[in-house]
Formats: sequence, structure tokens, C-alpha cells
Amino acid sequence: MTAAITVDGLEVIFDRFRALKGVSLEVNSGESFGLVGESGSGKSTLLRAIAGLAPVASGSITVNGKKLGARRDKAFYREVQMVFQDPYGSLHPRQTVDRLLQEPLAIHGFADGEKRIQRALDEVGLGNGFRFRYSHQLSGGQRQRVAIARALILEPSILLLDEPTSALDASVQAEVLNLLEEVRRRRKLTFLMVSHDLAIITHMCERLMVMQSGKAVESLSAAQLVGHRVTEDYTRNLLRASEGFVRTG
Amino acid sequence: MSADTIESRRAWLLSERPASRMQARLGRAYVAWRRFSANRLAFLGLLIIISLLVIAALAGVLAPYSPTFGDLKGSRLLAPCAEHWFGTDDLGRDILSRILYGSRWTLYVVILVAVIAAPVGLLVGTVAGYAGGWIDAVLMRVTDIFLAFPKLILALAFVAALGPGIENAVLAIAITSWPPYARIARAETLTVRNSDYIKAVQLMGASPFRIVLRHIMPLCISSLIVRVTLDMAGIILTAAGLGFLGLGAQPPLPEWGTMIASGRRFVLDQWWVAGAPGFAILIVSLGFNLLGDGLRDALDPRSGDQ
Repeated sequence: MTAAITVDGLEVIFDRFRALKGVSLEVNSGESFGLVGESGSGKSTLLRAIAGLAPVASGSITVNGKKLGARRDKAFYREVQMVFQDPYGSLHPRQTVDRLLQEPLAIHGFADGEKRIQRALDEVGLGNGFRFRYSHQLSGGQRQRVAIARALILEPSILLLDEPTSALDASVQAEVLNLLEEVRRRRKLTFLMVSHDLAIITHMCERLMVMQSGKAVESLSAAQLVGHRVTEDYTRNLLRASEGFVRTG
Repeated sequence: MSADTIESRRAWLLSERPASRMQARLGRAYVAWRRFSANRLAFLGLLIIISLLVIAALAGVLAPYSPTFGDLKGSRLLAPCAEHWFGTDDLGRDILSRILYGSRWTLYVVILVAVIAAPVGLLVGTVAGYAGGWIDAVLMRVTDIFLAFPKLILALAFVAALGPGIENAVLAIAITSWPPYARIARAETLTVRNSDYIKAVQLMGASPFRIVLRHIMPLCISSLIVRVTLDMAGIILTAAGLGFLGLGAQPPLPEWGTMIASGRRFVLDQWWVAGAPGFAILIVSLGFNLLGDGLRDALDPRSGDQ
């Protein structure tokens, strides 16, 4: 199996704050990889650094065998797309769904825009009736579907998912996760998914990495996590916390 | 049109499931219009501005006398009467006709200033806000320098250098009125530049130019429109002030500020000579202010269902 994403000794510094302290990671092509950790552990920053949205101080990122420089070129964005956490903030408030989906096609000079938009909307389970709505006319789940359609319309091979369901309520969460699963199977995508919800990660991902305060704690397979076969104390605490409040006595 | 078709058209406009790009856009405009027209005062402002436009267009038909030639022999400084509704000035010209023709110059100044200053301010502000770093610093310091000059004084200096005349007055006012627009546009840009939807466009590989032009500017435009309409009154007054000081429009051009200037010599005995154009300025400024207030409520992205 070839590596889709290789991260080596990555450091990200925001105004003297070291958000990532030398993180290394390898995601195989076609794999779904999870990043777990508490708030502020640097998991979202790692995702954004790969996407080119965070200032990389040192270390290297390789995507599909190509080493990335400080500036990403257009070809990169056709390989890698991202779905943001908050569907209320990731859609332009003054643009219709149609316009949102047209933008990536216009930037990359696709000619068959009409057909692609139709297909993208069908793929995420939104019919043509949603095409000319503004984002404020959509529910949270519908917005996230539009965001997924936008990410998929350039036909990337890698999808970065930054807690794609944490802003949605439980029933909608399941729908969106199923949609993502289905899309991945059909298109043979590579997922790099951030979540603080261990249940989602074990459901969606084959392997995962636990992070704490900008460092990798340990790498596990989903089976190891389910079987509680972990070596680090921090991971054990995280597992215990995820089981929720336990009444004693 | 029967009540039924009106009802079905409204339903079409307010549809939750627009079927075309056009319908979505019209529906949005209709919602803004409903919010605007619910405000009576704003509507009054709009009526004033529309009548100003109509008067300017039809001045040649509406004006009973020539705006530049008067009857020096028989009709100097006549009080308002049946033949001359607003009286006549010291050269025997009918003041009503001069005010009607003067509306053209007022519109000319206001529109030209808006067309020059607003895009400049918008461009400087959004570029500064989006680029950040040294570009932001340079653009904003230039803006600060322009902002530090008193408006009328800079306009005066400018007119003094280029010579009096209405075109130079327009240029002078435009040069002094773009900095506030740049400030507004920059502030708006700063609030949206780090939002996820702009990041998402960056992730599509859009150039900074495209992001500023197609994604950031549309968000700044509504607050800019509001600000420009509110400033229109100030622009009219500055133009009138320049005219009054003899640096704007030159006689015999029937510009309202110049008319006040020439009427001030007999303001105590023949009050209508300066009073009538003053009143016209008052009404039009009021109209623009009311309109701007209404637009703020109708277009504000932070209100309603945004």
C-alpha cells in the first residue's frame, strides 16, 4: 500500500505558541485515519497545516508522493479537500448552493459545470430543489451535505474532515456519517478525520492517533481501542472519560 | 391584475425552493424591499429622491422661465407671487426655474462623487483588510493621512490648485470622502477574512484577487451603500459650501450653493433669494438621510435572517 499523506516532524507555531511539536504521521491510500484528543491538543491544527491553512515552522508534508512547499498549487487542491466543523460558518451567507458549487468548477476551469453540480447534489442526497437556496434556508445537516458536495465536486482523492458532525444533533450525525462512509467506499477516498468522539472514530476509522498538547501520544488500530489494549495512561484516561459519568455506590 | 395572480406571484417570490438563479435573486430582493417599504420614513426619503430624479430629468419642461436669463428691467428681487412662485433674484431670474435646473447639478455632484469615492474606498479597504501585513499598514497610513485633513480645507486647497469649477469641486470632494469607506470596508473584511467560508474558497485554490472581488466585496457592499447614502447629504453640503465660497460652480450656473452665496447680500430684506435654495438643499439632504436609514435596516447583513 502506498502512503497518501506522510507528515514528518511537523511543527506549527502561532505567534510563539507551539501548537504542534514535531508530529509524524502516515496515512495509507484508501484508508480512513482518525485523530483523537482533547480540545487544544493540536488535531485540528494538524489538519489545517496539511491543507495549507496553518503556518508550518518546520517538518515536511508529503501528499501522494509529492512534497508540499509553503504555497500550494491548484493541482494540490484537486487532490485534497476539507470539510469544516461548523456548517453554519463554512457556507458563504450571500451565495446560493448553486453559486457555492460553481465556484470550484470556475476556478479549475471545468466546462461541464451544469452536469457536475447535478451529480454532486444527487450524490449527497440533496435534490435539485435545494440548488438555488441560500444557506440560511437550509438546516444544519443540509448545510453539511452541501459542504461535502463542495468538497467532492473537484473529485479529490483525499478528504480532510474536521469534526464534520460535532455541530449536528445525534440523528443527523448518523446520516452525515453514513453519507461519508458511502462516498468513501464508492470513490475509494482517503479520509483523515478529526474527532473528540471515540465512538465515531472507532466506527469510521481503521487506525487512529491519539494527540495531547501538540504531540502524538500513541497510534492504535480501531480494534485495539475497542478492546482497550492501549499502552499510554493518557489514552486510558480518554477512554474512561468517553464512557461517561459512572455512578458509584 | 387580479388578487389571485398577485398572491401567486408573491408565493413564487417567497418560495423556499427557488427553481432558478433568477427566482432566488428576485426573492431575496423582494424580502429586502418588504423590509424597506415597511419603514414609512425611509419610503418618504425614497419618494424625495425619486422626485429629485424626475425634476432633474424634466427641468426643461417644468421650469417656467430660463434659469440664466432674467428680466433686469421689470422683475428684480420680486417677492414670491403668482408669476414667480419663489420670487426672483437680483438679476431678475426666476428662482423656481433656477432651483429646478440646479437639481441637475446637485445630482451630478452627488453621483460623480459616489461613483469615484465608493469603489476606491471599497478596493483600498478590502485589499488592506485581506492582505494584512505591510500592504495593510501602507494603505491604512495613506488613508489616515487623507482622513487627518479637514474635508473642506483639503477640497479648498485642491480647488485652489486646479482652479474653481464644478468638475474640480467634484474631484476635490471625491478625494476627501473615500477614506471612511476604506475604513468600513477594511473593518468588514477583517470580520470575515478568517471565517470558514473564506478558508473554504482558499482551499479551492482561488487567487487572493478572486477572493477579494467575488467573496469579500459582496459582503461589504451593503454597509457601504448605506454609508454612501448617508454621506450624500454631506456631499451636497460640501458642494454647496464650495459653491458658497465661490470655489465650486461658477455663476451663472444655477447651483444651489452658489445661489445661496449670491443671495446672502440681501438675506435680511429679500430672504427668499437665499432661503429657497437653502430649503431645497435641506429637503434633498433629508431625503438622502431617511433613505440611508431605511437601507441600513433593509440591507444590514447582521439583521433579519442572515
